[in-house]
Amino acid sequence: MQRAKIKPAELAMRLLLLVCALTAIAFVLLITAYLIAAGLPAIREVGLASFLLGRTWDSTNASNPQFGILPLVLTSVYGAAGAIVLGVPVGFFTALFLAKAAPRPLAAAIRPVVGLLAGIPSVVYGLVGMCVLVPALRSWLDLPAGDGLLASIIVLAVMILPSVISLSEAALASVPREYEEASLALGATEAETWLRVSAPAAKSGIAAAVVLGVGRAVGESMAILMVAGNVPNMPGLLRSVRFLTTGIAIEMNYAAPGSLQRKALFSIGLVLFLFILLINILLHLAVRRGREA
Amino acid sequence: MAERTILAARDLDFYYGEVQALRHISINIPAARVTAFIGPSGCGKSTFLRTINRMNDLIPAARAAGSLTFRGQEIYAPDVDVTDLRRRVGMVFQKPNPFPMSVYDNVAYGPRTHGIRDRRRLDLIVEESLRAAAIWDEVKDRLKKSAMSLSGGQQQRLCIARALAVEPEVLLMDEATSALDTISAARIEDLTLELRERFTIVMVTHNMQQAARISDKTAFFLAGELIEFGNTERIFSMPRDKRTEDYITGRFG
Ligand SMILES: Nc1ncnc2c1ncn2[C@@H]1O[C@H](COP(=O)(O)OP(=O)(O)O)[C@@H](O)[C@H]1O
Ligand SMILES: [Mg+2]
Repeated sequence: MQRAKIKPAELAMRLLLLVCALTAIAFVLLITAYLIAAGLPAIREVGLASFLLGRTWDSTNASNPQFGILPLVLTSVYGAAGAIVLGVPVGFFTALFLAKAAPRPLAAAIRPVVGLLAGIPSVVYGLVGMCVLVPALRSWLDLPAGDGLLASIIVLAVMILPSVISLSEAALASVPREYEEASLALGATEAETWLRVSAPAAKSGIAAAVVLGVGRAVGESMAILMVAGNVPNMPGLLRSVRFLTTGIAIEMNYAAPGSLQRKALFSIGLVLFLFILLINILLHLAVRRGREA
Repeated sequence: MAERTILAARDLDFYYGEVQALRHISINIPAARVTAFIGPSGCGKSTFLRTINRMNDLIPAARAAGSLTFRGQEIYAPDVDVTDLRRRVGMVFQKPNPFPMSVYDNVAYGPRTHGIRDRRRLDLIVEESLRAAAIWDEVKDRLKKSAMSLSGGQQQRLCIARALAVEPEVLLMDEATSALDTISAARIEDLTLELRERFTIVMVTHNMQQAARISDKTAFFLAGELIEFGNTERIFSMPRDKRTEDYITGRFG
């Protein structure tokens, strides 16, 4: 087949599109290169093992500064895990309700509200967490302060809800009607059918929702900055903790240029970047498995 | 063996909202026989089949009027346990629809739903059901494999096994062979004849030869009405109604 001649205007348009696409890729490469270049020196200086596994972060100690990020890594991992444990079941059941159980007008009324939840700026979540959740936890659990890992987990769980809900709902809605009919025709109730047939058939979509939720929870900084307490303790549910993200945000302002402290903050950025990269790969795999199934 | 009526309709009407899909249906369906519903597309065959196990309940604004009984009990009475009705009246669909689970879990789904947890009992039910559906030899070495890996004909026999696993009294089959190749369809026909000994079978078919070959009774529907019902041989050799004759001789539909 002979190829049609491309007109100059058409060619220019294609070039423009190509340049735009390349710009996006260039930014990713640039950020990656920069993070590696800026993040490696401190790791080399501190030592990979004592950087990743060191249990003390005391970057401003004049005589004996410590750059162990294990508390921050664990806090981010536990925070994300806790948000998943709390947020995914709630989000999943909301999705089940919207996709299967709710009368259509009610579902149509709830969906935009969920959308709104997704659009609230994270600083507002932080504000509400700080002014409502933290004092509430303090008085319910009779704590000296209410901020810490638990408060962060609750805020993160609410923040991941919208994406868990909308992804799970899409997955549940695309379960073929024939599966559900087969189950009902065997004498299963509707609720049994949703839980034992629809949900398993939608599991790859739900897995994608979980992974995306982890990504959001690991990457979030502003909201948890306001409720975590920000002391770099080894994580405990009721303890003041510091996340990888907030670890950078808190100290960047006053870390002297060229100092080991500042370099170490970039190293945290590199670790965070690798985390997100891993999560994206998992997400990609989950989505692809879903398409193949 | 004398015929015993297991399903009886008296002046049964069925509506989808404003649309009336069944008009004054009266019929006695005999137990332990194969009854075939024939008629042109859209005449209400599937609708009638789905009133029997109340699968129509899921459609908003759908409603039945008149009488429809199963072993003398009104199917649409307010106190009927629909899940129990559906256990006793199984259904096989046009398109094979195994769950995306293993072969074993497909067959065990129904018994588990009805509270059977004991592994040995489940094993037994699964094997018996697969044997009864004439597919045991083909799947006995791949019970843990996904049902989706089976061929279309095997999937449909698996669906029959799944329906048999809850020990139904009636099996409703809605064009269960129309999505299959002729060889697979023939296997399901043979199977239907075997199953007749133990179950009452009500099947919808578009295929005249199929109805003639395997059914004992044939009901001809047209535009929501039951035009003629009788022994299959008689219907195909001496139809009483002109419209039945036109349909079975292929003059319309
Ligand atoms: N879910 C439904 N909602 C509204 N009308 C329906 C529905 N299902 C079937 N009908 C109508 O009821 C009539 C009978 O349909 P059906 O029982 O499926 O016919 P058949 O199985 O004989 O082809 C048709 O006119 C069809 O359009
Ligand atoms: Mg039909």
